Amino acid sequence: MSQESLDIRFRRAVRRATGEVTVEVDGRPIAVGEEDTAAAAILLAGALPNRLSAVSGSPRAPYCMMGACFECLAEIDGVPLQQACLVQVADGMRIRTAKGSPT
Amino acid sequence: MSGETIDLAVVGAGPAGMAAAATAADLGLDVRLLDEQPWPGGQIHRGVDRLAGPKTTDDPDRAAGRALLHALRQSKADYRPRTCVWHVGPGDDGVFELGLRCDGAVALLRARHVLLATGSVERAMPIPGWTLPGVMTAGAAQSMLKASGLCPEGPIVMAGSGPLLYLCADQLAAVGADIRALLDTTPRGRYFRALRDLPAALRAPAVLRRGLGLLRAPARRGIPVHRHVEAVEAVGDLGVTGVRWRRGGRWDQTDCDHLLLHQGVQPHINLPRLAGCAMEWDDVQHCWKPETDDWGRSTVPGCWVAGDGAGIAGGEAASDFGRLAALGVAADLGALTREEAGRRATSHNRALAPLLAVRPFLDNLYRPDRAFMLPADGTLACRCEEMTAGDIRKAVADGCHAIEAVKQYTRCGMGACQGRMCGSTVPEVIADARGVPVSAVGTYSQRTPVKPLPLTELAKLDTVLNPPSTETAA
Repeated sequence: MSQESLDIRFRRAVRRATGEVTVEVDGRPIAVGEEDTAAAAILLAGALPNRLSAVSGSPRAPYCMMGACFECLAEIDGVPLQQACLVQVADGMRIRTAKGSPT
Repeated sequence: MSGETIDLAVVGAGPAGMAAAATAADLGLDVRLLDEQPWPGGQIHRGVDRLAGPKTTDDPDRAAGRALLHALRQSKADYRPRTCVWHVGPGDDGVFELGLRCDGAVALLRARHVLLATGSVERAMPIPGWTLPGVMTAGAAQSMLKASGLCPEGPIVMAGSGPLLYLCADQLAAVGADIRALLDTTPRGRYFRALRDLPAALRAPAVLRRGLGLLRAPARRGIPVHRHVEAVEAVGDLGVTGVRWRRGGRWDQTDCDHLLLHQGVQPHINLPRLAGCAMEWDDVQHCWKPETDDWGRSTVPGCWVAGDGAGIAGGEAASDFGRLAALGVAADLGALTREEAGRRATSHNRALAPLLAVRPFLDNLYRPDRAFMLPADGTLACRCEEMTAGDIRKAVADGCHAIEAVKQYTRCGMGACQGRMCGSTVPEVIADARGVPVSAVGTYSQRTPVKPLPLTELAKLDTVLNPPSTETAA
């Protein structure tokens, strides 16, 4: 059951009344709600794994979405290791994940 | 931050924190409400300040959340989002010091009283493959739906036990989620055994009615439910591609892109532990919680705990517990008399009575099964340091009997999450290996900072922190 690449993502199921902004996930622009989190942008973009574990380099993805698990870490606007689930998006935000920066 | 001292610092803007901050501010106290999230509401009322939310038949929480938010905004409480509390402890003069971090800057806040309203975290469900992308907690998926209107794309399997699993399944299905199976791990015989607690639970008919509606939801939504599932495994290489499960001794499996796990919730105790609050083991809820009196007063003078962080009672109860704590603080500070506090407490205690009466029924029914607390040797117990249950058993065999010894030997609990993910599993495995009750093993001690922060930021703090108070062995 080996996989060539990963395509696991979320979709927008409920439309928002709020405005949209554009963020970059691994260099690709994606429209998100202005009150979404960076982790939501990662899940919408399917940018998984967003990180590789420190010990074995195993693929990881957002797990708790409430600031407890530290699995949603990503580089945001050049600052590494941000908890993406706690960061609100902003227009032009640049999010980099492990998927977009293979080691 | 120099010399600024407030009356009350409330940590956590969920139902307990919002209610407490508004109540205390209305009584004239100088209150600051600190919350790590960008928006108020905590987990249960996530997204309450915006988004119409999923169209479900069952969301009485939303109205309650809106009322709490309205009261908070009407009050003079100073609400600070995006603010992480990484330290709390008594300073030299008995005034509490809180270490804060907001937008990449650290600061110290001094408060005469501190109320920890840090809610609950989902109990870990350590199964093979639970670190694979595509596997997340049911609460995490629910958060995405509530806050952003997002839903997992493609086939979904949900597994575990407890009301939140069914609520989440119902809410996701309502927006068109493709839930292929709900694997209910509640062991056989639990309903029968919970019956003895049913008479007391009948004092909360609304809660029971809602629960019954949730249990029927999968049938209404066409979601196949497999009951008494004994084992679950996530299958995949780079990410989850399927789920295997055992039921009645037989294995079955299905393909999926998402696996949502849930095994109940437990108090989020990192800050109370750091503050030095004495903890007690709750055998029915199978978790540690800070010792508190009827007002939420912990064993550390001036430190209060309210809401699910003081023992799981649910979001509705949390707001009343928050108000009780605010009254207690106000009475201690002389903002109202003891008699007046007692008089005002009556209505909150009356509202709490049925919500607490229903707990033994729910807690006994959904107590996590041993099979899902004691992973096999090859399964990761600690996600951060990548230690398996077998590594912990080996540490015990090598002579590490105390939880702190296992922590130092294996680094379990020393990773980025600071034990929030493995804090329920590791003591369980140690207890099982030693043949002692899990209550005898205790729980991880906590040190400043309880959340990682860059040294470059910490170095900018021009104050020396007092060491945390001496901790009592749990």
